[in-house]
Amino acid sequence: MSDIPIRSSLDPAVRLLSRAGLAALAPIAAVLFALGVSALLLQLNGFHAADVVNVMVLGAVSDKRSIAEVLLKATPLILIGVGLCVAFRCSIWNIGAEGQLYAGASAATACGVNFGALPAWLHIVLILVAGSVAGAAWGALAGLLRVYFRASEVVTTIMLNYIAIILTSYLVTGPLKDPAASYPQSAKLARDLWLPRFLPPTRLHVGILIALAAAVAAYVFLFRSSAGYAVRVVGLNPSAAAYAGISVARNVLLAIAISGGLAGLAGAIEIAGVNYRLYQDISPGYGFEGIAVALLANNNPLAAVASGVLFAVLRSGSELMQISAQVPQVLVFVIQGLCILSVAAFSAFRRRGPRPAG
Amino acid sequence: MQTASMLDFLSTAVGADWRLATPLIFAATGEAICERAGVLNIGVEGIMLIGAFSGFATSHATGDLALGFGAGMASGFLTALVFAVFAVTIKANQIVAGVAINLLGLGLTSFLFRTYFISTGRGVDIARPLNIPFLSDIPYLGPALFQQNLLVYATIPVVIAAWGVLFRTSYGLTIRAVGEHPKAVDVTGKSVALYRYSAVLIGGALGGLGGAFLTLAHANQFVENITSGRGFIALSIVVFARWSPIGVFFVSLLFGLFYALQLQLQADPNVRVPYQALQALPYLTTIVALMLVRNRWDAPSMLGIPYWKA
Repeated sequence: MSDIPIRSSLDPAVRLLSRAGLAALAPIAAVLFALGVSALLLQLNGFHAADVVNVMVLGAVSDKRSIAEVLLKATPLILIGVGLCVAFRCSIWNIGAEGQLYAGASAATACGVNFGALPAWLHIVLILVAGSVAGAAWGALAGLLRVYFRASEVVTTIMLNYIAIILTSYLVTGPLKDPAASYPQSAKLARDLWLPRFLPPTRLHVGILIALAAAVAAYVFLFRSSAGYAVRVVGLNPSAAAYAGISVARNVLLAIAISGGLAGLAGAIEIAGVNYRLYQDISPGYGFEGIAVALLANNNPLAAVASGVLFAVLRSGSELMQISAQVPQVLVFVIQGLCILSVAAFSAFRRRGPRPAG
Repeated sequence: MQTASMLDFLSTAVGADWRLATPLIFAATGEAICERAGVLNIGVEGIMLIGAFSGFATSHATGDLALGFGAGMASGFLTALVFAVFAVTIKANQIVAGVAINLLGLGLTSFLFRTYFISTGRGVDIARPLNIPFLSDIPYLGPALFQQNLLVYATIPVVIAAWGVLFRTSYGLTIRAVGEHPKAVDVTGKSVALYRYSAVLIGGALGGLGGAFLTLAHANQFVENITSGRGFIALSIVVFARWSPIGVFFVSLLFGLFYALQLQLQADPNVRVPYQALQALPYLTTIVALMLVRNRWDAPSMLGIPYWKA
């Protein structure tokens, strides 16, 4: 009899765990499939696949320093992936996180090298806010084009990616260029503007905590707030949403601004936490990788934390793989592509009846 | 004197325009056919990259240009087949599948290029201009229009054929019906999936050809991400051209002009515009173009939506 309260308190936990376990099955299978095919590709091209995969997965988490490096890479991936969860739940196919990251990084740098009179803490906040606002605005631009001109956000966000990257290139060769440097890059941020590190001697900084907070906030927003509910209804069925009095335009703009804002924040954090200055290729494709992060997480912001870390492991691993086995690092794109394909296939199989997508 | 140099400039610009528009024309014509069947393939960028690499690798190994172009088309076809399996048979989200194809295209071609070619540095012999007798001797007009390579000329028959097939054959009618009202096709006993497959595959072969043009008739080398967004621009050309192959031809020429101007103005020391402004031109134009065609009533109504047999 005394075990009844224990069981009743355990049951939901167990059920939750087993549900999470089941939900994780498809993504795990997808990753294994992607790694398997990539291993085959390596073998076919004369590499020792088993060694490579070994280096890649285990090497990336072998000691404190490498784990910290993984989390450093996971920070922008989680932020972008979480934002894309919101956009994708609203059926906004934002392919422009890369550009939104660049917009955020540029605005953050512009604030970072100016306004030296501000107290450091306020200046850091300003840098992060500027990055988020710039990213949100860059995303909202595509949202406005979709709402007012019915231009597909798939195409416009991709075009805005190129424009943001070209704009960054202009900034670091022109207005923001460090006159002392021969290489096109901005001046370095003052040392007291760097995001604090909390795991010395590693480079890990508070950005990862911001990313975790963003994931929780996005989860609460999407699944525990009426505003998030409206976003999801618009994503599932815009006409039903319109009949229910939910403004499709406003929610589309909100969703893409949130996802752009988080990508911009990721850009600002890369500036204030890792690079400390702006240059032309500030992102190794985090914006595109974020798409895989969100999809693997089934557009659930909390699950995006796990998938963000996973992709960071793969990215760190692919760097090691290049160093130790001379395997071109670009293989990571192949793994990402395969992951996305298999996740897409799984979710299509799970859907039973006809339902329009997109 | 002034007029002569102006005419020279124009002649070079027009010639370069058509040449630079050629990969866009092939890819966008293929995409137009694909989208007419209701399938949105945003993986064109990846397909073009794979076509560019396969064409280059084949031509590099065999020394045969025609074989290179064939390999470009075949690899585009096969990549499109992968896409079609996911988009048509599995009914996965087409945008998601397209994103994956783009990542695969970029990853695979860069991986193979770095593994096998990065240290060779040897290019291939690219397609030579084919001077059309008499016409090519016309001053200004001749060099611009009648001293191009075979593939550039080929854009005209390809576009006309695509238009003819889409609008003057029963196959084309069915393709368009599959994009507008697949159920109507289904009840006549024809397979919606089969028609969609055919459209996606034709689109893939043309995309691969467009990619191969870049390495076999434009540059003589493969460079990582050599397409630099041309596949995405092809997508917006299709919208701007309202899903018509003839329209694709002229809209592509407009975009080709930006590439041509970019090349010419970058080479001109008197131009004092930051080079980034010229770089951004095609992308900015795409956005403006999409704003201009805000009324999208003629998009295939089932674009991007999988068909479930009742």
